[in-house]
Amino acid sequence: MSVKRKGKSKVTIFPDWCKGCGICAAFCPSKVMELSEQGKAVVVREEECVHCGFCELHCPDFAIMVQPKEDKEEINPKLSTNKSLDNKEQSSSATESSSGTSSSQVKEDN
Amino acid sequence: MNEIQGTQLIHKYLRHNKKFPHVFCPGCGHGIVLGSLVRSIDALGLAKDDVCIVAGIGCSGRLAVYVDFNTVHTTHGRALTFATGIKMARPEMNVIVVMGDGDSMAIGGNHLIHAARRNIGVTALILNNNIYGMTGGQCSPTTPSGSFSMTSPYGQMEQSFDCVELCRAAKANYVARGSVFHVNELDKMVTEAISNPGFGVVEIMTPCFTQFGRKNKYKSPVEMFNYLKKNVISQERYNDLSESDRDGKIPSGVFVKKSEPGIEEKYYAMARQVQEGI
Repeated sequence: MSVKRKGKSKVTIFPDWCKGCGICAAFCPSKVMELSEQGKAVVVREEECVHCGFCELHCPDFAIMVQPKEDKEEINPKLSTNKSLDNKEQSSSATESSSGTSSSQVKEDN
Repeated sequence: MNEIQGTQLIHKYLRHNKKFPHVFCPGCGHGIVLGSLVRSIDALGLAKDDVCIVAGIGCSGRLAVYVDFNTVHTTHGRALTFATGIKMARPEMNVIVVMGDGDSMAIGGNHLIHAARRNIGVTALILNNNIYGMTGGQCSPTTPSGSFSMTSPYGQMEQSFDCVELCRAAKANYVARGSVFHVNELDKMVTEAISNPGFGVVEIMTPCFTQFGRKNKYKSPVEMFNYLKKNVISQERYNDLSESDRDGKIPSGVFVKKSEPGIEEKYYAMARQVQEGI
């Protein structure tokens, strides 16, 4: 079950909202996140994510978003509605909330 | 793959002109409760104008500032009295009261038991972090015996309140206890409490690392969440344990669920009856 779901999720962390409490990194079953030297959570092993949603539901600062990957659209028909909702949400929150929170993406540092 | 109802949903209900990230310390559970409350309201499909959030004073009082419903930030300990007035005047509204442990059981203790006795149709979320957080870490009515705080540097000598037993004895319609680690159960409880008629209480165990954890030998917020993970157990499991094993364990789940009509329903029914009798 969980093996099938690996590698199908995109994990986004908004560094401006993250306070570095470490709950996501400590309880993630696949150890997708780690705390960086700046004390913020960063995604290091996104392909291991099993889409359990623990981090998103337990982040006290709403700084994590776990979405299905866009190129899996044919697998999950619900995604097309998701995407339109995301775009709408992002554009509205980008204009209203502090800049950079909703559109910033954490890239892997290799 | 299931869609996770989390961050994307919450953005629909936040007041984005407020300063974010919010005021709570790193590792505080209040943000998780805020998310749970928003998800519950969204699951019930309530319109923003039909929801009224009444908050007291303290860290939990800041919850009302961030959400885009009708909100009142009231005086210390009197959140339930404001909510009673709102519910009696506008019985169609879903009134949700967010209080801390000091707010609801110390200065507002009488209001809590009498709201439960009246069975007024509001939902009370009691965010129990065992300490007065915002005012500097004094011991609260729910600080466990033997634990340390700013005003009990050699250990707390007093016994602590059990909120669930208190509300059960005061005849509340719905009494439950959850924790911020068990979020899915918490979502269900809050949803059920809002939709249940009469007075509903959900006590939510939430860690306060800054004021409680650092004085009680927790090294990080994660350790406090681990404590909740280990010690908050379902009441069925708790009842199976022997007396000696129960030490430190916290039973959770729904303790009381009745569907008696609230006082506002009785009041308006009586008003109609009297008017027709004249």
